[in-house]
Amino acid sequence: MTVSTNEMSQRGPCAQTGNLRRRRLINRALEVTAWVAAVIAVGTLAVVIGSVVLKGISSLSWQFLTTPTAPFGSGGGISNAIIGTGILVAVATAMAVPLGMLIAIFTSELAGPRLSFLFRYVLDVLNGVPTIIIGIFIFGLMVVGHQQSGLAGSVALTIVMLPLVARSSHEVLSLVPDAVKEAAMALGASRWRTTLTVVVPTALSGMITGALLAVARAAGETAPLLFTSSIFPNLVQTKLSQALPNIPVTIFQFSESPEPAKHAQAWAAALVLIAFVLLINVTARSFLARSRRQLGSSGR
Amino acid sequence: MNGTHAASPVNPVLTGNQRRFVDRFGDHGLYVITLLSALGSVVIAGGLAYKVLSEARIAISTFGLGFLTTGNWDPVHNHFGAVEFIFGTAVSSFGALLIATPLSIAIALFLTELSPRRARTPIGILVELLAAIPSVILGLWGILILGPVLQRTIEPALHSALHRTPFIGNLFGTNYSIVGLFPAILILTIMTVPIVSSLTREIFATVPSGTKEASLALGATRWEMIKTSVLPYSRSGIIGAVILGLGRAVGEAIAVTQVIGGSEGIHSNIFLPADTLASRIAGQYQGATTQLQISSIAYLGAILLVLSVIFNGVARLLVRNARGRLQDAR
Repeated sequence: MTVSTNEMSQRGPCAQTGNLRRRRLINRALEVTAWVAAVIAVGTLAVVIGSVVLKGISSLSWQFLTTPTAPFGSGGGISNAIIGTGILVAVATAMAVPLGMLIAIFTSELAGPRLSFLFRYVLDVLNGVPTIIIGIFIFGLMVVGHQQSGLAGSVALTIVMLPLVARSSHEVLSLVPDAVKEAAMALGASRWRTTLTVVVPTALSGMITGALLAVARAAGETAPLLFTSSIFPNLVQTKLSQALPNIPVTIFQFSESPEPAKHAQAWAAALVLIAFVLLINVTARSFLARSRRQLGSSGR
Repeated sequence: MNGTHAASPVNPVLTGNQRRFVDRFGDHGLYVITLLSALGSVVIAGGLAYKVLSEARIAISTFGLGFLTTGNWDPVHNHFGAVEFIFGTAVSSFGALLIATPLSIAIALFLTELSPRRARTPIGILVELLAAIPSVILGLWGILILGPVLQRTIEPALHSALHRTPFIGNLFGTNYSIVGLFPAILILTIMTVPIVSSLTREIFATVPSGTKEASLALGATRWEMIKTSVLPYSRSGIIGAVILGLGRAVGEAIAVTQVIGGSEGIHSNIFLPADTLASRIAGQYQGATTQLQISSIAYLGAILLVLSVIFNGVARLLVRNARGRLQDAR
């Protein structure tokens, strides 16, 4: 102790001993590593999106978007897949979003802490189930003994979306400040009125952005559709009772094809899909951040 | 808590019996409807497990647990086994997590401790966007862009640099190919990094700033502060995040099917094609003909389901405990 004080007084507190230089060097090395890691992640994103754009833009045309798939070669487009994906995702959204929001109202507003934890835990585990297994489940439930159908595909996508919607809505609802609820109740509003006319509207924009993220996720899912809506003709289909063509499965099949022309079409379809998914993601995430900030700041 | 008690005496003062009836009906109605929805999710989860197991029943009774330890997936002779796919799943997911874990921790440290404050949110969003790319597009990129690059330059380079290394040298053989375990590992790395890093980041945010400031005040460098205050505090949470990433990697079907090559056999060379549980299921979607083959596919699914429930069940608890501290700290 005395020795080190002596040393300090001789060299002054800011002099760099060899040890300090080494520590600074290690520190510097780790800071650089962290920078490099972040650059790798962002760079990978840029490279993937960049290649999809570069490769896809040349095959993308109005004609590509408005004609159905051709069996061979370079002709044809993906209009049937776009319409099919639209129907599949719309039906899944119509089922998953109301159900998920009701679940979130229960877990955040009405259930006791233990019951709420239990349901959220089940939703988290359901969220972690590989989506291909959801495909097997719906295959066994709705396809075996019948045939592949748009409805089966939609139900599979519903199961993918449900935990996402319920959990994100729960997070937003639980940010609504207690003071707001207490104010409503002090004015004489009953619990259900408070929930439906005060709590939910306060959180609604956040709940909707969470639901939008789930829509983006469902639009890009291939695995749940492989067993439920993947064997379809090259025509525009709109009936839920038949397998609906869709963009992800089309990209999957084109990417497995040996024909370079199909690869080019796969890139163009990928560009359409990634543009849709990223557009929703970027807008939803910026909205989500804003509504979190608003709710968070008014709460404290 | 105060709200519930305050509401009941006020209601009758303000309103008549009719209103009270409506409110009682509304309160119960809302509770019952939302409870039924919540129970619906449990029914879905239970039904899923039941249905997958019942579809696998024929294969389970035919092959028993020996399915897990025998290979030879042979639809022609109606014999099926999963050991090659379990091997492929294990190697591809552990390989991916081996790369993704340090990378994700470094990214999370960057985003919580090192990055300029204004850059944090945009960079964080960009990293999370990586998770938003549909897996089929990542697979398309993997087979048409990444694969050829690996085959031409990276795999030969790795081979000549590492094939003499003791223990791990065998992993980097010759037989460079576009598809194989190695591209699958890289694609899975890309898919798990955003998940692990965003969870790790949330966990790092729960470290009390007092602890961090204390070690900085004692003269620690930033890295020493991270090593002594941030990392020990977050250990269980990081483990949870990594297990969640593992669950994601194990279950990914589409992108892996596209890049792994779909071949049976267990090789030490990671440049050779292989297959995982999930990718075998996806690869068989059109080809399954016999009852036993369909059932065997469901058996693969059942193995995958058990793994994912274990991984997620454990990991969610670890992550939740770590996050819970955040709420306590406030």
